[in-house]
Amino acid sequence: MAMRLAAIFFSMVLVNNYVLVKFLGICPFLGVSKKLDSSVGMSAAVTFVMLMATAVTWPIYNYILVPNELEYLNTITFILIIASLVQLVETILKKYIPALHKSLGVYLPLITTNCSILGVTLLNVESGYNYAESLIASLGAGIGFLLAMVIFTGVRSRVEQAKPPKCFEGLPITLVAASFVALSFTGFGGIIESIFGAI
Amino acid sequence: MDIMTTVIIVTVIGLIASVVLVVASKVMYVYEDERIGQVAGCLPGANCGACGFAGCSDYAKAIVEKGAEITKCVPGGQGAIDAVGQVMGVSASAAASKKAVVKCQGYSCNTGKKYDYQGISTCAAASKMFGGPNDCSYGCLGFGDCVKVCAFDAIQVVDGVARVIQEKCTGCGACAKVCPKFIIDFIPEDTKPSVLCNNKDKGAQTRKVCTVGCIGCMKCVKVCPVSTEDGQGKAVSVKDNLASIDHDLCIGCMQCANECPVNAIDIPNCR
Repeated sequence: MAMRLAAIFFSMVLVNNYVLVKFLGICPFLGVSKKLDSSVGMSAAVTFVMLMATAVTWPIYNYILVPNELEYLNTITFILIIASLVQLVETILKKYIPALHKSLGVYLPLITTNCSILGVTLLNVESGYNYAESLIASLGAGIGFLLAMVIFTGVRSRVEQAKPPKCFEGLPITLVAASFVALSFTGFGGIIESIFGAI
Repeated sequence: MDIMTTVIIVTVIGLIASVVLVVASKVMYVYEDERIGQVAGCLPGANCGACGFAGCSDYAKAIVEKGAEITKCVPGGQGAIDAVGQVMGVSASAAASKKAVVKCQGYSCNTGKKYDYQGISTCAAASKMFGGPNDCSYGCLGFGDCVKVCAFDAIQVVDGVARVIQEKCTGCGACAKVCPKFIIDFIPEDTKPSVLCNNKDKGAQTRKVCTVGCIGCMKCVKVCPVSTEDGQGKAVSVKDNLASIDHDLCIGCMQCANECPVNAIDIPNCR
């Protein structure tokens, strides 16, 4: 059991990295990766919301949608739930943990529409994970997001100081750099099977 | 499963979510003074930090909740102070508005380089390499750290020297904080001359590295018609081989600028 959870966690961080392998959540990946502190703040908020969203959507899917044969409505239901959940979390944080609200505050509303959150919840129920596995998978997805963000922030700070050809300046060179980072993550393919055996 | 049940189930989920949100927003309502938003609206929104707070909204919060002074916004000037004063029901007047000036004229025709720098192109990095690639170790490095930090696009680098565009400068002081050579000064907004040099070396040494560097020859002091109150000094004085002008005393007669043998004194940005 613990072995399987570890395998799921690491496969989510390295092999099935949501940003660099599945290409979900690219908007914050490119938008907030200019400074290390904002990229870490964004990643922390994403991880937090991913966990919360999975914790809520998994029971709703398995205890409301599945018994009523409404699996095909999971996308729209999850959007609804995630949007209201983020709003609720923001209200709660503002009241009881103002410090956390201040540091996450800017990013929380942005996350509402982040496709990686929806992607994590949808793919979790699609993969047939049980509740614990879903939570571990979404934690792994969040940590993977953090890893991708931190690595890319480092790459980007070097790219900004380089002098690319005029036509590549700004976003083009950033996208090229992002594709290289994504390419490097394909090197992790097969590592989980080798270490943990087939899941 | 007929369509009605489907619609009802999804609607119920949505209803529950909305009821929870409404209840949460009522139960966990946080009182926030509405004046904070109004004050923040009066400020320029550039988040330059000249007021000493983390940003415009932080300053607005400090004004309303902690009674911070309303005169601290340099970029907003008197207009912002009046607007904030109207919201808060007080009035105050701004300190005289000041503009940034880069005390260097080290264009490529006036000074040279002692080596070819190819490292990270920021002033902060370049100044770590033997004081930068310029012959003059006091002058502007021209990598534009100040340009990057300026929230108002008021600085540009022309031929290796940063120039302040007076119309856009708000005097927030962000540029002076990042300059590793400390050559950005603030002068009152008027047409009085300034010493556009920061070289504190002896005259002969300055002469070798720059044709427009202040050599501390005292000629400007001799011609200055304005005396200080105690009669000891003039509106322009020379300290550490470098002239400086006291803008409170200066009457703008331009005699020093005309007398200066190296043309180091001029009205900033008049060219």
